[in-house]
Amino acid sequence: MTIATFPPEPKPEPGWSRYFGFCTDAKVIGIQYIVTAFFFFLIGGLLAMVIRGELITPQSDLVDRAVYNGIYTMHGTIMLFLFIFPVLNGLNNLLIPTMIGAPDMAFPRLNAVAFWLVPIFGFLLMASFLVPGGPAYSGWWSYPPVSIQNPVGHFINGQGLWITAVALSGVSSIMGAINFVTTILRMRAPGMTITRMPVYCWTALAAQSLQLIGLPALTGGAIMLLMDLSFGTSFYRAEGGGDPVLYQHFFWFYSHPAVYVIILPVFGIFSELFPVYSRKPLFGYLYVALASFIIVGLGLIVWVHHIFPSGVAQWMRNLFMVTTMLIAVPTGVKVFAWLGTLWGGKIRLTTPMLFSLGGLFNFVFAGITGVMLATVPVDIHVSNTYFVVGHFHYVIYGAAVMGIFAAIYHWFPKFTGRMPYEGLGKLHCLLTFIGANLNFLPMHPLGLMGMPRRVSSYDPEFTFWNVIASLGAFLLGVSIIPFLLNMVSSWIRGPKATHNPWNAIGLEWLLPSPPPEDNFGEEVPTVISRPYGYGTGEPLVEHQAEIERRLELQEAAA
Amino acid sequence: MTTTTLSQEGQHEAHPKHNLTGFIIFLCSESVIFLAFFSGYALLKTSALNWLPAGVDGLEWRTPLVNTVVLVSSSGTIALAEHFKGRENMALFRGFWLLSMAMGAYFLYGQAVEWSGLKFGFTSGTFGGTFYLLTGFHGLHVATGIFLMGLMLIKSFIPGNYSGGEQGVQATSLFWHFVDVIWIVLFLLIYVWQ
Repeated sequence: MTIATFPPEPKPEPGWSRYFGFCTDAKVIGIQYIVTAFFFFLIGGLLAMVIRGELITPQSDLVDRAVYNGIYTMHGTIMLFLFIFPVLNGLNNLLIPTMIGAPDMAFPRLNAVAFWLVPIFGFLLMASFLVPGGPAYSGWWSYPPVSIQNPVGHFINGQGLWITAVALSGVSSIMGAINFVTTILRMRAPGMTITRMPVYCWTALAAQSLQLIGLPALTGGAIMLLMDLSFGTSFYRAEGGGDPVLYQHFFWFYSHPAVYVIILPVFGIFSELFPVYSRKPLFGYLYVALASFIIVGLGLIVWVHHIFPSGVAQWMRNLFMVTTMLIAVPTGVKVFAWLGTLWGGKIRLTTPMLFSLGGLFNFVFAGITGVMLATVPVDIHVSNTYFVVGHFHYVIYGAAVMGIFAAIYHWFPKFTGRMPYEGLGKLHCLLTFIGANLNFLPMHPLGLMGMPRRVSSYDPEFTFWNVIASLGAFLLGVSIIPFLLNMVSSWIRGPKATHNPWNAIGLEWLLPSPPPEDNFGEEVPTVISRPYGYGTGEPLVEHQAEIERRLELQEAAA
Repeated sequence: MTTTTLSQEGQHEAHPKHNLTGFIIFLCSESVIFLAFFSGYALLKTSALNWLPAGVDGLEWRTPLVNTVVLVSSSGTIALAEHFKGRENMALFRGFWLLSMAMGAYFLYGQAVEWSGLKFGFTSGTFGGTFYLLTGFHGLHVATGIFLMGLMLIKSFIPGNYSGGEQGVQATSLFWHFVDVIWIVLFLLIYVWQ
């Protein structure tokens, strides 16, 4: 390859309008995804505040019981389908092409369509607040028989809109998954063999494979649910010969792996960030990468642990208990690899590093309660209690959302060309970590004491832990203020970022900040070594010194 | 290094080389929906107390068998069409392509005739529900296949369209084989296993 004209002359910044239109540039789509996701995050978060506001007293006094059912259903649905999946797809759009040296995704137009489906089904789901009977109220699982009742009798009802929105979300995710997998498999830079690929791309590949295998099962199950609800069939209607537990199988066959779809890229983020901020190569790169696929394989055969109390045969319970516990092995491999990376490293406690460390801490805690929950007797005892709620909020907020924040702070300078403010970032991290632990830790004793989930009133003996949890939740609500302030103000007037502000190693850090529209264009450098060569002095690509010199010259000229 | 091309308006476009990869990934994913329906069918059937609704004594299998033979042979004719396209014999390609379309259309017609003669409906218990869901969802795929084939047939009249590694024909033909394989499983599950 030649690097005759790299980096390209900086062009005048394209206007803001492209962020509001049908743009096929992955970097624009990535930011569209992330901003849209945080818009819905605020709505879902507001609903969470209402839930915790209701639960601060034992009486049902803030909202009507029926409204409360709708609120927790929509909170879960919004946070999963409109926040966490879109925000991760946003990161995939930003990171995958730049990390593997591709100019864009394999199917740019499909990519844009996949994004624009998100506001469409988001709007559909929001519209369900306005239809007679209100939004869906059967919880984010939407188990029959509750989810196939239509007491209002309208053809357009909250539950029907919920199913339609989830099905559209599935279509969007499948389009995204086809795109990400094809891009990773077919568009890597010369010399970047699969074992030289950054771990984030490995985990994205693993997560998106899970989407491709699992999501159609949920879609199939949801189609049958819609038929039962709206067209009078009886697939899940016991009185018509159907089987409500069948839906539970379809739902969890996808929705358990969905947790890995969420957490795997976060493992990727940890694997990218720990080496940067401890200046050491990732410990056991190949094992960390391959463990992702072991998680995929095992993740597809654990779903029954969600329905142990639903009349499942004892041999099935035992089998799925064992497979679930086995997941702790590849996950443990990763955790020890990260600890090995940190061990003896030159640790820099930047905002992204603090978020990663906090996320790792919370993840280990969630992993321990996960193994507890896999154990059949414990699971049956705490089934449908706050213990389960506490466990998955530790995974999703404590680990995944903290990892996502780490990624946002880490790659913000690359894609906006501006540095985020460290002080606000650290404040955000501190409030998040304390808020999350205050909010979700009390849910474990509550669950063990027997407080059921999805209730708006409870026995006064549960008051103490509920008040603490609610205070933690309000702290989490407050923690978003420094985050939003930081993002908006630093994007508008933050200090200019250089091409590599964190001294990180990776193809994306050999691009100007923000990268030009087609990234490296025709002049993709040839990769000559494994990623994470911190402290080895080994260059990642051919002509690395020359590329860096030119980037610095260009920055000095600007 | 393959690249996506940057057109003048700054919009990126897919490199045709990736289309087939993406399409194969899509088919693998699509097969899971059928797998979900098939396993749901098997589960409901094996656990049912009264599988057949009152007044129904199983399905007639002769007409569907004729349908099956037609659909499965169309996999052969579409392969022949592809073969002739490889030899750049466009007349025979179009002939066999059109024949495959006609066979697909005959299959749909046969399905419609069968549906109209049945004594049970979509809401006749899980038997009726799964029957219409499976055959209907598959029929939708057959219709999509015929539509795609029609599209490719029209495209074949654009001069030079098939000279530069056009993958639409390959993808359509793959889709058609996929629809056939699904039908064979479906036929065994619904008509043979009674």
